Amino acid sequence: MKIVTNPVTPVPARKKQNKLVRFLNSKKVVPFVFISPFVLSLLLFTVYPAIQGVMMSFQSVLPGQVEFIGMANYERVFNPTFYRAVSNTTLYVIFTVLILTIIPMILAVILNSKHVRFRNIFRASLFIPALTSTIVGGMIFRFMFSEQDSAVANQFIGFFGFDSVKWMFSPWAAILLMVLLASWRWIGVNILYFLAALQNVPDEMYEAAQIDGATRWQRFRFITMPMLKPIIVFVSTITIINGFRMFEESYVFWAVGSPGNIGLSIAAYIYQQGIQQNDMGFGAALGVVLMLIIFVISIIYLIATGTFKKEGR
Amino acid sequence: MKKNNSKLLSIIATVVMAIVSLIALFPIISMVLSSFIPSSSLMRNGISFSFPWSELTLSNYTYIFTQSAEYWTWYGNSLWISALMIVLSLFFSSMVGYALAMYDFKGSNLFFVAVVFILMVPFEILMLPLFQLMIDTMLIDTYLGVILPGVVAPVAVFFFRQYALGLPKELMDAARIDGSTEYGIFFKIMLPLMGPSLAAMAILQGLGSWNNFLWPLLVLRSNDMFTLPLGLATLLTPYGNNYDILIAGSVMTIIPIVILFLFFQRYFISGLTVGGVKG
Repeated sequence: MKIVTNPVTPVPARKKQNKLVRFLNSKKVVPFVFISPFVLSLLLFTVYPAIQGVMMSFQSVLPGQVEFIGMANYERVFNPTFYRAVSNTTLYVIFTVLILTIIPMILAVILNSKHVRFRNIFRASLFIPALTSTIVGGMIFRFMFSEQDSAVANQFIGFFGFDSVKWMFSPWAAILLMVLLASWRWIGVNILYFLAALQNVPDEMYEAAQIDGATRWQRFRFITMPMLKPIIVFVSTITIINGFRMFEESYVFWAVGSPGNIGLSIAAYIYQQGIQQNDMGFGAALGVVLMLIIFVISIIYLIATGTFKKEGR
Repeated sequence: MKKNNSKLLSIIATVVMAIVSLIALFPIISMVLSSFIPSSSLMRNGISFSFPWSELTLSNYTYIFTQSAEYWTWYGNSLWISALMIVLSLFFSSMVGYALAMYDFKGSNLFFVAVVFILMVPFEILMLPLFQLMIDTMLIDTYLGVILPGVVAPVAVFFFRQYALGLPKELMDAARIDGSTEYGIFFKIMLPLMGPSLAAMAILQGLGSWNNFLWPLLVLRSNDMFTLPLGLATLLTPYGNNYDILIAGSVMTIIPIVILFLFFQRYFISGLTVGGVKG
């Protein structure tokens, strides 16, 4: 090829290039040219707003009139509506973490076993809900969980002899609706995470255990579970973080005004106060509190599950 | 005895998975079916196990194709925004990921750590200042305002870096000897080799922006700039005066995606599970 036949030709060509081109093409400069758009956008759209967000939380922001007001925004944060938003969001996080870790793990173990046929079809069907937006998914759920006796959810509980429920208007059902919507959309994705991790469990471990006379449950408990631990931590951590940031699941059912705030999440409260009420300073303070909640809980969780320990050794 | 046992297990496992899959698909199937009945009936009964087969009609679709210019405006907006998003973010993010993988430069490790740290800042604290920034720069209610903050996606950068690490560096040296510039190497040789990762990220970015809600909700103010999720959300009123557009319109937002998914499953899956890629 060219490389062999005329390795000399590029040299005269290079001489013609002017200084600027040579400078831009030097190996020291090239990577910086490549990453400059990223650095620029990071500074402009993440670093600057992050700093601005913290500043704002100490300010009263009105059009053309910004003044520092100390901790006044934070003093207002801890009010009954905020507590409602925190308790709704916390319940939502607890249930989504449990559902979105345990069920995908079990389904992945079943899908991974040699016993199941049509594996690819099942995997694809479980994944399809992840393709819908929360808005479209939520719309379907609104029709399935509408208050009429004839709606799917009420027909289902009616079959077991329960009376119809006004799903969108009762506190416990409000949380349930949001949890079900999120679980439906994310189960397929989490199954894929677990399936990927299961491929890494060597078959010999099971064979050895079988020879030793371990039961099916023992094999799951003492081989599969420990091998899956990193992915369990990963899946539950992202579910916790995304859970505390939940907004759309609440918006699609009640926009921003649920009766008695039964569906209000922390992020929805930020939107309500910061954008709709135009109280940006207060909204920013809520944002800072949310960020702290997320940081603290993820760190506690990661320590409790021993994720940091391994690296310390 | 043992053989029978495993056959029974196989049947149980398959049946369990079939039931779970049906439950997962049920909402989608029932939405598609419901788009073929009059919206008044849907409003009266909700989505029901007893489907009114006798009421089947195409009226929702004829209405949406002939009477609803609004819906197609939203569709156009969503298509434009997603297309721009895909092109811009693939271009910039692949450059960054490639540079991180292929060049040793001063501060590259520090840069990497900084990015990871910044990634942990939740969008909720950024959104109010960003909103303010969009107002100040007059980007409010424009496509660009929706797209710009998401153009360089850190997840995509990580994914491209991972992928580029696996590419042969010898090709770069060969091209240098051939007189190619560093930029020529990237665009003519390495970028084509990154094809599969580009496809996966195109899907991640495209789907993300097609379904994105919170940020467009802040930036887009006028009805004729709305994307599909925003527009459909405005139809979600308890009064049901627009349900014929709502439900048929929703079907038409997800059917193209499902068809794409069936053809490019592999890329969808690697794109959507990218969070699992460890650096």
